[in-house]
Amino acid sequence: MKTDLYLFRRTRQLETQIDGFFDKLSESSVVYRLAVRLYLREGACEEFQGRLNRVNELESEADILRRDIEKQLYSNTLIPDSRGDVLGLIETVDQLMSEFESSLWALSIETPQISEDYVGGFRKLTNMVIRAVDELALSGRAFFRNPHDVPAYNHKVVLYEKEADVISTNLKRAIFGSDLELAQKMHLRQFVEQIDNIADVAEDVADRLSIYAIKRLV
Amino acid sequence: MDPLVLIFLTSGLFLGWALGANDAANVFGTAVGTKMVSWRTAAIICSVFVILGAMISGAGTSQTLGKLGAISALPGAFMTALSAAVAVYAMTKSGLPVSTSQAIVGAIIGWNLFSGSATDIATLTKILSTWIICPVLSAAIAVTLFKAHRFFSKRVSIHMIRADAYTRLALIVAGALGAYSLGANNIANVVGVFIPAQPLPPFQVGNFIFSSTQQLFLLGGLAISLGVFTYSRRVMMTVGNSLGRLSSTAALIAVVSHSIVLFMFASRGLEAWLAGNGLPTIPLVPVSSSQAVVGAVVGISMLQGVSGIRWSVLGKIVSGWIATPIAAGLICFIGLFFLQNVFGLKVV
Repeated sequence: MKTDLYLFRRTRQLETQIDGFFDKLSESSVVYRLAVRLYLREGACEEFQGRLNRVNELESEADILRRDIEKQLYSNTLIPDSRGDVLGLIETVDQLMSEFESSLWALSIETPQISEDYVGGFRKLTNMVIRAVDELALSGRAFFRNPHDVPAYNHKVVLYEKEADVISTNLKRAIFGSDLELAQKMHLRQFVEQIDNIADVAEDVADRLSIYAIKRLV
Repeated sequence: MDPLVLIFLTSGLFLGWALGANDAANVFGTAVGTKMVSWRTAAIICSVFVILGAMISGAGTSQTLGKLGAISALPGAFMTALSAAVAVYAMTKSGLPVSTSQAIVGAIIGWNLFSGSATDIATLTKILSTWIICPVLSAAIAVTLFKAHRFFSKRVSIHMIRADAYTRLALIVAGALGAYSLGANNIANVVGVFIPAQPLPPFQVGNFIFSSTQQLFLLGGLAISLGVFTYSRRVMMTVGNSLGRLSSTAALIAVVSHSIVLFMFASRGLEAWLAGNGLPTIPLVPVSSSQAVVGAVVGISMLQGVSGIRWSVLGKIVSGWIATPIAAGLICFIGLFFLQNVFGLKVV
């Protein structure tokens, strides 16, 4: 009986850790959006550094959770049918969080000059990217509880990613059609692509999730 | 007690060992093969519940076998059990799925033919009909359970990790039920032929008297347990891996269906309840646990599309079900001839 109680206590703990991992993703996306908006408004100010530090902390906390989840799944031989898929999912989501971190670090180090003409475009792009990530977080949570709901969330991820591509293309056209120095144009393009890349990674994770969910439902 | 008695009993115990080695895999194979349950846990649970099933509910199916052929001489019972065991062993070696139930029935008919005793056609028909009903019933139960699972899984949201814990627990419970049913249903195969000869004197422990039949059931249960502990690990891994295409939930449903069917064909309580309510009763007959599992797996596979079924493998399995009783009957007939005419033993 003690073994059974231990079994369920361990189960609850692992469930909480997986939920916690996706909480980190959701929180990272919120803080990232606030940080980019702040940068667009006030540049690399002290508050921006605070947001950047928070994203770093979240990424580190997610790393610890990921290692612990992986260790438990393997050492206790849990979910033999889906273990590989869960590990794949958690690792790719972790990469997504690293994208947030590196994007903010780049802003902090390189401090690009973003003129008022492009602030609206950057803001729209960031919002769209964050929407894609938020839907992905919902999809990831659904994978563990209601795999039937995963396709609906993934459909939205793909939709937002496509919209982000349109915004980024328009933004790049506007930048390269301007009178800015070539170096500055290329510098700004790099940031547009870096932000847009977050939605691309979210779409890749969603594609994986779709397959994992189908495997669970067969 | 005549020491020869123990020698004669060894054939039954050998059959029990073979049953434990092979059929425990039907109960716990998938769970152990997929590492959902450790082999040690499976072996301990299986052994305890096989013995409990044999001791508590083993009498019903033994009576049916007794009606098919009441072998009153111990050497005759020895050869009957030995020929069944040899047939089981030979079929296992040639890679054919094996059923101790079919082997022992074939061997008893071999004894009937040799001794000139009339085979009770009504009992034989009852037994043969269960060989068809058992896999069909198991498939029907598996399909019902699988559909019910699909229905509820769409409506109830359980975290994957929690569902995994529940499946593990359910595999242990289903395995225990399966082992109990296996002991109750198949103990007749192991020691049933020795019961009419009553080879062991009653044995008293405190106020409780162990009859010859109870001692036989205990010995048979222990032999099955020995088979589980000494040889079942490899078979469990093989069964687990060959059923690897099934998800752990589908595997659980297969085991549960198998256990329910074996229990239905062994439970005197269920028989009495059905009779009491004016419903048709289920005959208390030793059925093959392999047939039950195969029936369940085929049922689940059919739900997922008939193309998933490997018909050549299924054909091989069914041919084994026909070959086993014929082989056991032949071996028994020839063996009895030798025992009687070469060793001068009374087999009838």
